[in-house]
Parts: sequence; structure tokens; C-alpha cells
Amino acid sequence: MNTVRLYSRFVAGSLRLVLHGNLAYWAWIAFLLVLMASGAAAYAGQLRSGLIVSAMRDQVSWGFYIGNFTFLVGVAAAAVVLVIPAYVYDWKPIREIVVYGELLAVSAIIMCLLFVLVDIGRPDRFWHLLPIVGRMNFPRSILAWDVLVLNIYFLINFTVVTHILYRAFSGRHYNPKLVVPLVLLSIPMAVGIHTVTAFLYNGLAARPYWNSSILAPQFLASAFCAGPAILLIVLQVLRRFTTFEIQDQAIGKIAELMAYAMFLNLFLHGAEAFKEYYSDTEHLLFTRYWYEGLGAHRTLVPYAWAAVALNVLAFVLFINPRSRRNWWTLNTGCLATYAGCYIEKGMGLIIPGLTPDVLGEIYEYYPSMSELRVAAGVFAVGFLIFTLMLKVAVPISLGEFQAEDGGKLAAGR
Amino acid sequence: MDRCAAAPPPVPACESGRAARASAVSRREFASCAAAAAAGWLMTACGAKPLHEIPKDRLRAQLQELEREYSRKYGTAVTVSDTPAAPNVMFAYALDISRCIGCRRCVYACVEENNQSRDPQVHWISVLQMDKDKGVDFSHADPYYQAAEVPEDGHFYVPVACQQCRNAPCTKVCPTGATWTDPDGIVVIDYDWCIGCRYCMAACPYGARHFNWGEPTIPSGKLNPKTHVLGNRPRPKGVVEKCTFCIQRTRNGRYPACVEVCPVGARKFGNLLDPESEIRYIIEHKRVLVLKEDLNTVPKFFYFYAT
Repeated sequence: MNTVRLYSRFVAGSLRLVLHGNLAYWAWIAFLLVLMASGAAAYAGQLRSGLIVSAMRDQVSWGFYIGNFTFLVGVAAAAVVLVIPAYVYDWKPIREIVVYGELLAVSAIIMCLLFVLVDIGRPDRFWHLLPIVGRMNFPRSILAWDVLVLNIYFLINFTVVTHILYRAFSGRHYNPKLVVPLVLLSIPMAVGIHTVTAFLYNGLAARPYWNSSILAPQFLASAFCAGPAILLIVLQVLRRFTTFEIQDQAIGKIAELMAYAMFLNLFLHGAEAFKEYYSDTEHLLFTRYWYEGLGAHRTLVPYAWAAVALNVLAFVLFINPRSRRNWWTLNTGCLATYAGCYIEKGMGLIIPGLTPDVLGEIYEYYPSMSELRVAAGVFAVGFLIFTLMLKVAVPISLGEFQAEDGGKLAAGR
Repeated sequence: MDRCAAAPPPVPACESGRAARASAVSRREFASCAAAAAAGWLMTACGAKPLHEIPKDRLRAQLQELEREYSRKYGTAVTVSDTPAAPNVMFAYALDISRCIGCRRCVYACVEENNQSRDPQVHWISVLQMDKDKGVDFSHADPYYQAAEVPEDGHFYVPVACQQCRNAPCTKVCPTGATWTDPDGIVVIDYDWCIGCRYCMAACPYGARHFNWGEPTIPSGKLNPKTHVLGNRPRPKGVVEKCTFCIQRTRNGRYPACVEVCPVGARKFGNLLDPESEIRYIIEHKRVLVLKEDLNTVPKFFYFYAT
């Protein structure tokens, strides 16, 4: 079979796969499309009137978009960090799911880049950021570094995952000379995108809340919690709705790793809180704004304590082997991890960093409806991409969708 | 100390911004704008560059194009100069805290001189009211003080604008190199290269950078037609702007607008490299401080106590 015919069969088969599904599948797709349409409408309004439709102002010049961006960089990094035990210890149960971790990473990076795009005031000039056609302030600007590492990371994961899946589809084994070095490279890159993103904030002496060397390790710790949390839920959904099999042992192992990561995350937060409260300098203001509020300004306080409670709950559920094995407590733990990290890493990192502002003014930021709709739209794009990729990837890795009988089986599903 | 009527405080950004303006764009307007944008992009795509990389002759043509565009839009003859930094000049500023009465005349003179947006309001200078018993302490500063008469008892005033740092955190972080320090020490922004990521605003320890959250508006007849390409020319929405020491004035031997308007003579400006200048006299003979000295930004904006 020549390449063109093989490829066209792959495309046609994939199309057939994504166009066939049960009611739940179509309801999910419809839900995502509605969110995307709403987000697109809100973004059109933002393009017309400017970012004034957001709640961001000079005092709090970054908000919900950049918070989500930061959180999703963590998801992208952590999904691939699962590769470490799989390849270093050659532990087969986890190795099977690495491909899904990489698909999640690809979707998360797309969401990251979209969140940056919707946040900038002149999206028509995004190409100024690119090397060669634009003019990158490299190596001085950490944002230039971030654009580079995120795109390289995206390309690595995209290449590996499409190569493995396409080879599986063609009934051939993947090329280890290509895959192994790229997978090995993706591990330091995963740590790298997260470290660089942390340095983005870390390097700003103007913002004492961020200007703490604990930030990068703490970023990594919370990423190692949130990324696997999503993946665990996805794997269970797959196991439920397809013939995909994953051993309980693998799920339990990941949950155990999450417990250690969550411990580290809580410990680093505690270390930071100790330093701020005990030394009691003027820099304490930002931490106080998050945990206690300043005077009447208490918008974020419920979120702060919700994040602490959720993270502690997740730790307790994951450190105990019995509650790791119980599906109900396991999934509660996953949701608690996801929500806890989402709050602390999104709003909890960005907003207290900027409140009070550098001249002492307190502007209480809370995302506007337009921002919420655009953000929901970006998430919907990411989840749609992830869903469609899974719809093709799962049958391939199960050997149900292959070049020889691909058309037939896909049509039958 | 003279008492003086206080100008109105700035509208808190949160209020002016919340009143989002509805702007309907017709399909034809949209189509023609899109076509013009596409054509413009095609024409410049083969060499759209940050300002300081554009060849001289092409820059002149671009400035003339800007002049035509602004003149048409604002109904008055607008000039856009690109006067470069003069040799052996390093501008610096000094502000006498013991003299400032907090009247905010500098704020509004700056708005008019530098064509800041009136709605939404953009102010390059914020005057902070501080308590005398707390000293220079930003966590107790009030930028929205409303007084029939200033100065108010028990208070003093610290106007803050761009500190024109020698070790500027804002230019370091800009991902596209759209902002830099010119040889005479003025930190400038290329409004045509800025992508509006606002990283510089997060990096600035003085709140000196301001973003055009909405379409900037200047009422007809209010535009200052004498502009500099890196300074007070009209800005588009979605880019960052800041104080440039009135680059359009100071590079032609004039004082910044805030220095001229100050009713108590609290504001001083000059060439740091000229040993005979007033600014050098102040630094050498008065008690001088810079804001947030511990951050090592090395401002060229000094505060001093003359009395």
C-alpha cells in the first residue's frame, strides 16, 4: 500500500470514527460547541471594544486568562512526567497510558497558547514574538523563553504521539531511533516549561509575592498533582466506555505518586506562609490579601481556604492505600486535587501577586462575564481536541483501527 | 505654604472601565477596515520592523503617512517628529516633596500635552497623598483623595510617574523588544511594535506603565498636534504607554509640561551630564532619595527635601 493511499485511508477512517458515537458522545460534543460559540462571540466583543470588557485594569493587569495559562502549563508538564516511571523503570502498566498523557499535553499546550493569544492587546501582532519573522527579545525576556520552550514542547509531543499512533495504524512498530530520544528529551522539557513559566513571575522584583525562590519548585509540585488527576479520570472514563484496559495497579501507583506530590505542594506552601507571617515585613500584605483579606477587601478569601481544604482532603485520600483503592474516594480525591490546584495556581497565584498594586492601591479583581465566556471557550477548544484525538487514538492502540481493516471496523463502530 | 484649589481626582480605573462603551461597527466599515488592514499588512509585511531598525528614508515616509492619518482623524495639522537623542545628554528629574501641595495640575497638564485618552481616563502621573506620621509608605497612600483645598493638614504628596530607571525591569522583560532606553536616558515604547502582553506592567515597581484597555478618545480640538513618534502621538487601543519626560519638548530644549505648570516650583529637570545644571546642584547639595531603592532600578527621577 503506498503512502498516499495509506494516509487517505487514515484520514477517512479517523473522520468516520469521530463522526460516530453514542448519545453521550454527541451531547458532550454539542456542549463543547455551545461553549466555543459563546466564547467566540465574547471574544469578538473583546476584539471590537478592547480588553476593557475584561475586569483587568492597570492595577491588576493580568487576571483570569493568565491564571488559566499558568495552570495549564502545569497540566501539560505533568501529563508527560508520567513518562518518567514508565521509561526509567520500564514499568509496563503505566507505559501503556503514556500516549494519553502526551495527547493531554498537546491539548493543554494548545489551550495555553490560546490563553496567551486572547490576553494580548494586539493579537494581530502576535508574529512580532516569533523568531526570524518578528523580533524576539531573546535571551533577556523570560516570556520569549516561554514562547520558545512551549512551542518546542508542543512539537516534540505532537511528533511522538502522531508517529506512534500512525505507525500502529499502519501495522508497524514505531521507530525507536526517533521516539526514544524525543521521549527522553520531553522529560527535561516538561520540567523546563514549568520552570520557565515560574521564572516568568519569579524574576519580577516589583512583585514580592512572586519574587520567592520557592515558586518554581512549588509550581512543579502542584503540577505533579493536577496533571495526573485529570489523566486518572480520563482513564476511568475510557475503561468504562471502551474496551480499553488499564490495571488497577497503575491507577493506584499514580494516585500514590500524587499523594507525595501533594505533600510537597502543601509543605512548600506552608514554608512560604511561615516565612511571610513570621518575618512580618510589608511584603506580608499579599499573602494576607489571599488568606485573610485586607480590610473590606475579602473577595478571594473563600477561594484561598477552599483550595487549602481541597488540597488537604486530596492528600488524606491519596496517602491512605484503602481510599486509593475505593473508586468513590479515589475520584473525590482527583476532583479535589484538580479544583484545589486550579484555584491556587490560577487566581491564587496571579491576583494576590498584583494586589495591592505597586503603589499600594487595592483594586479587587474578579473576572467579568466576557472573560469567563472566552475562557470557557478556550477550555472547550482544548477538550474538543482532546476528545477527538482520543476517539482516534484509543481504537488504534487497541488494534481496532488499522490500515488493513480500518475502514470496515470504523464504520461498524 | 500657599493653599491652592485641588483638581479633581482621577476616576478609579475600575469605575471608568466598567462602563463599557457600546460601539456598533457596520458591515461595510468592517469590510473596508479589514481590506485596509490586509493591504497595509501586505505592504509592510516584507519589512515590518521595530522602529529603530527601519531605514531612515522609509521612516520619514512612514512618519508622513502618520501625519496624514492623524491630521485627517483630528481635523488639524499634526506633526510627528523623530528628533533623536542629543549627544552628551542624560535627562534627569527632581521633585521637591516638601514643596508639592498635591494640586494635580501636573497630572492634567500631562494629559493635555501628551494626548492621553480622556475616556477611558489614562494618567501618566499619579499623585499619592500620604500621612505625615507614616512617611513615604505606599501601603497607606491614597491616589483618590478629594479635597476642596490642598494641602490637607497632616498630609504630604508624592507624585509618581515613570522613574526612567537606568536598570529598567520593564525593558528587560519585553518579549518583542518594543520598549528600550534611548541614549539620553528616556525609556520609550514603539506603539507599532508593542503586542500588549503587559509583562512590562507586571515588572514595573512604580505603576508607571498604562494600558489602553479601550479605544483611546481625545475630544476634537483637544489634540496637541506637536508630537513625537516615541512620545505623545495618538496611540491605538491594546498597547502600553508611559511618561517620556515629554520627549517632544525636551529634545527641543524645552521643559516638560509638568515642570512648567507646577505652581510651587517643586519640579526640576535637566541634564545630568552638565555639571552646571540645576539637577546636578540639587543632587549634590540636597537630601535626595529615590523610590524603592532596594530594587536596584537606579531611577533618574529623584525626590528631595529643599526645606
